[in-house]
Amino acid sequence: MRIALFVTCVNDLVFPGTGRAVVEILERLGHTVEFPAEQSCCGQMHANSGYRAEAMPLVRRFVDTFAEYEAVVAPSGSCVAMVRESYPRLAADDPGLAERVAELAPRTYELSELLVDVLGVTDLGASFPHRVTYHPTCHGLRMLRLGDRPLRLLRAVRDLELVELPGAEECCGFGGTFAVKNAGVSGAMLADKCDSVCSTGARFVAAADNSCLAHIGGGLSRRSDRPGTGGDQPGVRAVHYAEILAGTVRTPASTVGGTK
Amino acid sequence: MTGTGNIVARQPFPQAAKVRLADPQLRSNLRRATHTIRDKRLRVVGELPDWEALRVSGAAIKDDVLARLPDLLDQFEAAATAAGATVHWARDAEEACAVVTRLVRQTGTDEVVKIKSMATQEIGLNEALEAAGIAAVETDLAELIVQLADDQPSHILVPAIHYNRRQIRDIFAERMPGVDVSALTDEPAALAEAARRHLRAKFLSARVAISGANFAIAETGTLVVVESEGNGRMCLTLPETLISVVGIEKLLPTFGDLEVFLQLLPRSSTGERMNPYTSMWTGVSDGDGPQQMHIVLVDNGRTETRADPVGRQALRCIRCSACLNVCPVYERVGGHAYGSVYPGPIGAILSPQMTGPDAGANRTLPYASTLCGACFEACPVRIDIPEVLVHLRQRGVDAHRGRPSAERTAMGAMSWVMRDRRRYAAALRAARRGAAPLRLGGRRDHVRHLPWPLSGWTGTRDAPLPAAQTFREWWAGRGRG
Ligand code: SF4
Repeated sequence: MRIALFVTCVNDLVFPGTGRAVVEILERLGHTVEFPAEQSCCGQMHANSGYRAEAMPLVRRFVDTFAEYEAVVAPSGSCVAMVRESYPRLAADDPGLAERVAELAPRTYELSELLVDVLGVTDLGASFPHRVTYHPTCHGLRMLRLGDRPLRLLRAVRDLELVELPGAEECCGFGGTFAVKNAGVSGAMLADKCDSVCSTGARFVAAADNSCLAHIGGGLSRRSDRPGTGGDQPGVRAVHYAEILAGTVRTPASTVGGTK
Repeated sequence: MTGTGNIVARQPFPQAAKVRLADPQLRSNLRRATHTIRDKRLRVVGELPDWEALRVSGAAIKDDVLARLPDLLDQFEAAATAAGATVHWARDAEEACAVVTRLVRQTGTDEVVKIKSMATQEIGLNEALEAAGIAAVETDLAELIVQLADDQPSHILVPAIHYNRRQIRDIFAERMPGVDVSALTDEPAALAEAARRHLRAKFLSARVAISGANFAIAETGTLVVVESEGNGRMCLTLPETLISVVGIEKLLPTFGDLEVFLQLLPRSSTGERMNPYTSMWTGVSDGDGPQQMHIVLVDNGRTETRADPVGRQALRCIRCSACLNVCPVYERVGGHAYGSVYPGPIGAILSPQMTGPDAGANRTLPYASTLCGACFEACPVRIDIPEVLVHLRQRGVDAHRGRPSAERTAMGAMSWVMRDRRRYAAALRAARRGAAPLRLGGRRDHVRHLPWPLSGWTGTRDAPLPAAQTFREWWAGRGRG
């Protein structure tokens, strides 16, 4: 199957390890991954902040870049939700574009959808000997309805202890520009999310979206450096679940958490 | 004509939120209360196998009402008038208050009892009556608490949600006329008993009652009030004159349509299968109930809201408050931060539409959300609140295109860079290089302080740094791509 990887702008710059992990997983399964270099950003930040005019060129660009592929996969619930849920709305008054969106949107998958629904695999032969908890991000949960797909993938990982996250379905408080425009409320929501994560005793919190993870990871990082807890002590780390799935017994996931 | 009254935020949301965030007692009260109702709602909604179909019906009936609103209003007026009621029309809050004040004056009384009603709060009726020398007594327990405390409601359904039992006991002890302080504990039964004694006297002496309505049926001219305590029913039966203040979107075409909403509303709002009291009245009848009945139909920005094809779905709202109870933002700051009698997710889309986005600080309300979608999922009439939030943000951005703004410049620049492969790759390289000195030899992957505008981020959390190698650089290094 000709699978195109949409790595997303945040991943490209800040979390390239997630993209590398997706490549690793799909190639291990025997698929050829292509990375169309024309890609950039799905336009979510623009559209959700009200900048529709600025988002539209990016919508067109995404459609141009990926139209020819059988399947497009992105390791980001919110970017896939943007394509599947918001593109049809944004393209509504341009019939030509709307038609192309209608064709492409159903072939655009979040990683766990591609693996479980399209490729029919849950056991990727991964190994990750740590205690992990999973945060289902809002777009994955309520827009894409990913359900337990990521959890099924994680449960099949050798030596991984999956622990339930209390209040898992509550928003972490990221919300794109919300985190800056309403930093106070965002911080309060983040504090509660970090409390829940820490209460599990997990070493890693995983999710399907690096934007939310950057926010949660940033909160956890600040906590781990609190005076008295010993500056560089490793706290709980935020990690994209793809990076967990990429690790095997022979090649452990080395990039996890820092992705540098 | 845009709406007026208690639907205008005086302070930008982030600022108002900051004040509330600093109150840990408020936060824990809100958390406990919203989670309790939330869990109850989930349980009773889960009992109905046809819940989704009911939601779809509720939305469809309300959409039909909005499509045919002028005709249905005419029909309602004719039916209500034929049944002996008098119908009045008010374009905004001031007009509505003036009509009600005149009607109360005509009866010669200076005290009225009130049934909990969002419409009267919206138009600021109590304040207007007080200015005219008329005392309005709230008979809903929570509303009474708020009134005695000289406070504003913090929730659509549970106006006193921000107080706990101990705080309520103190308010009663201090403010309730004639209360027996020595017998007053913070037990719910003791508090309810004190309120009952206080209100009984009012019910027996009041000659005028003021209500809102949950539904108004066009076919028959009937008004419907749904409540839990029964105080409303006392107000609806004892006084000689009844004045009902009703938003024009409250209509339902036929009596049969009620069936859908009497299932949707109680389960969504209080988590009950059925609400304890449903009162319906159609005009007047000799020797039974009020002998004078006035219905004030209030527009107050609803016609303008209806004119927006995306935003109009906000007018489907049946004020169940389910969206408030599931909203993570509301849970942290409570209702006052929204500056309107309509708080939470529905307030964030309704208030700026009713008043126009530039009234007071209402322009900040569509940003008071992470777009997490919990409100849409909970809404019994399927109002896609996140969709409307984004739509209103867009309307705001487009309306102010002429003015310079740092944000628009940044958004425009980013869009320009991102739509070209070379520009984009160069920008990624530049960002990575710019971050390199912050990474302290690759040891750190987070940074504690960033300069403005990113300082908004590092105020509450560390920021991740761009990686040493972008993904596309890595990919190119593999000898492909
Ligand atoms: S928007 Fe929906 S959930 Fe919120 S109060 Fe209105 S009807 Fe209820």
